[in-house]
Amino acid sequence: MLGSGIIRGFIETARNFAGSYCSRERLTTIQYPEERLAQPESARIMPFLVFDGADPKAGLRCTACTICEQECPPQCIYIIKDAVKKPDHIGKMQMQPKVFDIDISVCMGCGICAEVCPFDSIKMDQVFELSSGERFNTFLLHKEQLAKPNEYFRKLHPSDAAETDARRAEDKIKAEAKARAAAAAAAAPKPPSSPKPGPPPKVPAPVPEHAEVAT
Amino acid sequence: MIAIDNDTEVKQELLEVSMGPHHPSTHGVFRMNVLLDGETVVKLKPVFGYLHRNHEKIAETNSYLASIPYTDRLDYICAMTNNWAYTLSVEKLAGIAVPPRAEYIRVIVSELTRLINHSCLAGFLLQDMGALGTPLMYAFREREKILDLFEALTGSRMMHNFMRFGGCRCDLPPGWVDGAKTIVAHFGPFLDEFEALLTGNEILRARTEGVGVLSGALAVSAGVTGPMLRASGVNYDIRKVDAYGAYGKFAFRVPLGQRGDVFDRYMVRILEMRESLKILEQALRELPDGPVIDPKAKLRNLRPKPGEAYGRIESPKGELGFYLISDGGPTPYRFRVRPPSLINVTILEDLCLGHSVADVVVILGSVDIVLGEVDR
Repeated sequence: MLGSGIIRGFIETARNFAGSYCSRERLTTIQYPEERLAQPESARIMPFLVFDGADPKAGLRCTACTICEQECPPQCIYIIKDAVKKPDHIGKMQMQPKVFDIDISVCMGCGICAEVCPFDSIKMDQVFELSSGERFNTFLLHKEQLAKPNEYFRKLHPSDAAETDARRAEDKIKAEAKARAAAAAAAAPKPPSSPKPGPPPKVPAPVPEHAEVAT
Repeated sequence: MIAIDNDTEVKQELLEVSMGPHHPSTHGVFRMNVLLDGETVVKLKPVFGYLHRNHEKIAETNSYLASIPYTDRLDYICAMTNNWAYTLSVEKLAGIAVPPRAEYIRVIVSELTRLINHSCLAGFLLQDMGALGTPLMYAFREREKILDLFEALTGSRMMHNFMRFGGCRCDLPPGWVDGAKTIVAHFGPFLDEFEALLTGNEILRARTEGVGVLSGALAVSAGVTGPMLRASGVNYDIRKVDAYGAYGKFAFRVPLGQRGDVFDRYMVRILEMRESLKILEQALRELPDGPVIDPKAKLRNLRPKPGEAYGRIESPKGELGFYLISDGGPTPYRFRVRPPSLINVTILEDLCLGHSVADVVVILGSVDIVLGEVDR
């Protein structure tokens, strides 16, 4: 019958219309900005820099190695190295950035900088309400605006942060052990006077039961 | 000049209309110079380039890794398949192997992308016919669920930047496979509902059947690929021909059309979605364990040996290929994209001649172009 297909279609739209009042499956919209959906842990919008401790300058993990600057696809990262070095988390002297700028109006949020960073310094932020009426200075973020504490990183990416923290703590323990060994070796050029553990007491080798005893 | 009788003469002129670039039916910034005789199309010239972003040249100045996010932006509905085509050609160029789990994950995300693309295409096609909103919103509702999965996996809803040379960037998060299984299980009933809404509809039939007929011979000689070629009855699916990735391991059929009109193009895509669901069920069931990326594969400072490679995949729109030439340096010497949208749209005039203006809109909708890919 001509028109039966249209009527069947209307039945479907009616089902969806009625369903949108009782089924979450059919009503998927929410009232933003009053209601908000939680972002997944992996969400990435734009980069930020992680620092340890309380001082954003002393604790900044960035060593100005410029790998992110080289790999950034739209080339929105700009780094100038500082002449003064500072110790990192294992006490090794590292370079630090004098200038670290990201033009987030150019940044496309691909996350490659966070992926290639060998110092766990640059990570992806999840703020997305970034609109501004001012076109230039608002979107050029400097080191001071980019630096965020490690707690912030832990909040955004808990599992990534846990893995990073564990690895850095291990590095620190290793470095401390190495430093202690080096210090001990430097402090004591002559062998220490502590009694050496004696040789293990001699135990006669057990004769295997099935071994033939030589006569 | 047509003489009606000896006394009166009716002057007849052809009217040239510029449809687009800002026209809601052109799916982006695409212009068609249409020459009309009354309501009938006499000549049609597609004009594109309004969204040109210099993708190929930028890729020739960037490292191999830095081009992956740019490929997301080619066909922005199907970022996953774009990633795959590019990484496939770099893997060919540099001789990198992909672990089996990564191959399966690639198949899963690509088939989910195909579901997104085809369901949205059906919605947009109906939008072009005047069914404003309803079918498109139903398609978008299902797409959102898949995008939520992609967001949990890659961190971004559309610009995934997920695949890497030798595998994928990260492993599936916990619970992801179950989420994907739920979506696949719900997608079949959605398709039934979608078809009940659309396929039998007399208006849709009247608007699509016999409109924009593309013969198989013309499609082959013009280099048309993808669902558009198969709707004209040519059995050519790169998933079957090349069996790239893990596609050789799955049982699925290739739907073919008979007449090559707009309705066949719509129907082939609906049937392809059903085949994609079969592939997804198999892939999610048989997903192997193991690493997701070849540990020896280099991401940074990749310098393939001098040579060339062409990697191609069956993207939802057709054959998407990347042709790379390396001179041994850190950037490709030549980076060429073979976009299916651009090559499929070249025969637009042949499809539209003799049809009315309203049919031009429907035919363009059935070609399935994305301007990010046409213009690059």
